[in-house]
Amino acid sequence: MNIAERKNRLRRTMMFLSAQRPNLIKDPYLFAPDSLIFDLEDAVAENQKDAARFSLYHAIKNLDYHGIERLVRINALDTPHWAEDVRVSVASGIDGIRIAKCETAQDVRVIEQAVISAEQEFSREPGSVLLMAALESPLAVLNAYEISKASPRMFGIALSGGDFRRCLRTTGAGGGVDMFTARGLMVLSARAAGIQCFDTVYTKLDDLEGFEKETRLIKDMGFDGKSIVNARQIKIVHDIFAPSKAEIAEAERVVMAIRENAEKGIGIFQLDGKMLDIAFMEGAERTIALAKASGLYKGGL
Amino acid sequence: MIINKTSMAGTLESSDVLVTVAPGNQGIQLQVTSPVIQQFGRAIHRTVLDTMARLGVEHARVTVADQGALDCTLKARLECAVYRANGVTENIPWGKGEQ
Repeated sequence: MNIAERKNRLRRTMMFLSAQRPNLIKDPYLFAPDSLIFDLEDAVAENQKDAARFSLYHAIKNLDYHGIERLVRINALDTPHWAEDVRVSVASGIDGIRIAKCETAQDVRVIEQAVISAEQEFSREPGSVLLMAALESPLAVLNAYEISKASPRMFGIALSGGDFRRCLRTTGAGGGVDMFTARGLMVLSARAAGIQCFDTVYTKLDDLEGFEKETRLIKDMGFDGKSIVNARQIKIVHDIFAPSKAEIAEAERVVMAIRENAEKGIGIFQLDGKMLDIAFMEGAERTIALAKASGLYKGGL
Repeated sequence: MIINKTSMAGTLESSDVLVTVAPGNQGIQLQVTSPVIQQFGRAIHRTVLDTMARLGVEHARVTVADQGALDCTLKARLECAVYRANGVTENIPWGKGEQ
């Protein structure tokens, strides 16, 4: 995959794992999430930050994660840890960095500079380490567009619900109404900047019904995926994001019809009583890509 | 590096290994306990000696309490313990001496 393809890859599920726990990081590919996030931040105790970095380095260097994207959540800029976190992440060969508690575009640029230095120090291809930002405060959400545009390495922004709700002084008891504005702003900002958008983790692990409801909501709002804290949540997300048979069939007909008409020099036409033009191509192609990832499409496109 | 003080890294959780390094003066003196010592005892010895050589540690007493750790976990815990013994947690020369 080239860098543009890597930025746009499918990320329905991004599973957090403590980088300090060998039993978690040895074989998480078995659960087949789209991305793994090796956590150096909240899941690692303050006096084990160094141990987590050695653990991360040797896991990424030595273990085969079967093509699953490998990201690292680094400690925030107001800690003494982030610079070494960036060095070890880049040195180990990870695909990208998730910036915790990102508040401004300047935060992204500070991390970007550290990544550039580390790419030089450890002889990695310039520009190969991607970035995403976790937005955890009202200020961060209000800056979502600027953050999204802050670097060509940025592929996505993610809402971090725990800290965000602490700032809002809400509990989540209202079924998500407290997050509605933030979620809407984030989807708009990400789309305006041409990057992806991910929803927060759902921490009530036994409430699979609530998890399913929230996943449907964020899918309908336009999110690309969700951060995951437990492997049991993966299949639920993938099933919800999988297109239906009817959607796949329609997408296939749309792609083929637009191609055929384009060859004949026709830009706008009707299919089953619906006006179609090139604007529908991207959505239809995305449906086919999702169907392929979900194992539901065996056609020729 | 020189081991100036006793330090530890790792845990006794499944798939982990608790490594202790302490000052010594007779080369690398190694003590290993592991539930898989019959199959992997030699491999564990080799990883410890290779890692100590790579870090330039000539003398140390090393205790390895293995809980079925992968080789990469053992390396991670050994390096962490040695750097801790030297009070170093930043500007690690990641990858130095690796093939």
